[in-house]
Amino acid sequence: MWIYEKKLEYPVKIKKTNPALAKLILTQYGGPDGEIGASLRYLSQRFTMITPQAKATLNDIGTEELAHLEIIGAIVHQLTRDMTPEELKKSGLDAYYVDHGVGIYPANASGDPFTAAYLQSTGDPKVDLYENMAAEEKARITYEYIMRFIDDPDVMDPIRFLREREIVHFQRFGESLMYVQEELANQKVFPIENNPCSNKNCSD
Amino acid sequence: MRYEKDFEMEKIMQLDFALVDLGLYLNTHPEDDYALNLYNKIAKKADMCRMNYEKNFGPLCSFRSYCNTNSWNWINNPWPWSEKSNFNLNPA
Repeated sequence: MWIYEKKLEYPVKIKKTNPALAKLILTQYGGPDGEIGASLRYLSQRFTMITPQAKATLNDIGTEELAHLEIIGAIVHQLTRDMTPEELKKSGLDAYYVDHGVGIYPANASGDPFTAAYLQSTGDPKVDLYENMAAEEKARITYEYIMRFIDDPDVMDPIRFLREREIVHFQRFGESLMYVQEELANQKVFPIENNPCSNKNCSD
Repeated sequence: MRYEKDFEMEKIMQLDFALVDLGLYLNTHPEDDYALNLYNKIAKKADMCRMNYEKNFGPLCSFRSYCNTNSWNWINNPWPWSEKSNFNLNPA
C-alpha cells in the first residue's frame, strides 16, 4: 500500500505565468518518457523481478516517480494561473484548453493522451532492467531539451532536481542488473525452461 | 518572503530527501555500514523535525502523525501543489 505525505519532494514556487512553457513540461507528466509512465513501468515490473536488491529498487524508484509526477503537476498548475485568452492563443496551449481547461491531464507536449504503450513489462528480469536504464536516459534527455526553453529560475530549479534524479536512478538500475546477472549465472535449476509459463523463479 | 513554517518544512524536505537517496543506495549496497549508520542518524533527526512541524503546523500524513487529533486538520489548506504553500530554495 501507499501512504500520502502532504509535502512535495522538492519545493515549487513559480510567480510568473507561462502557458507556452507549461505545454512543453506537460510531456513529463503524461508523455512517452514522463513520470507516470516511469512509475507504472517499475511498479508493474516488480512482480516478476528476482533478487531482493532489484525488487526493492523497482519498488522504491517506482514510488519516488509518483512524487516526481506531483512536482510536474504542480509546475504545470502554477504556470497556467491567471491566463488571458490572448496569452493562451499566443502560447499554443489554446487547443489543450478547449479539451481540458486548466485541468492537469496526462498528455504529451502535443496533447496526445498518455498510453501504456509507452512502457513495457516483459516478465524477464534482465530485459526489464535494460528497459529501465534506457527509460531513465530518455527522461534525462527530455529534461535537457525542456531546459533549453526555460528562462525562469523558479522553473529551472525543480526541473534541474528532477533531471539529476534520472541519473541516480540509472545508476541504481545498473547495479540491480549486476545482482540479477550474478543470480542468473549461479542458478543451478532453470524452471523457466521446463515450464515457460512458470513464475516460481521470482521466489520471495 | 519566507515564514518560519517554510524553514521548518525545508529542514524536513532536506532530511527526507537524504533518506530517499540513501535508501536507494542501501538497496544495492545493503552491507555498507557507514551508509546505514548515516541513514539511522538522519532518520532520527527527521523524525524530531517532523514532530516539531506537525505539532505547530498540522499533519503531514493522515494515517499517522504527531499532531493533536482532537480535530480533523488533514483537510486544511494549503495543499503541496499550491504556490502559496511553497518557497524558493534558491531565490534568484
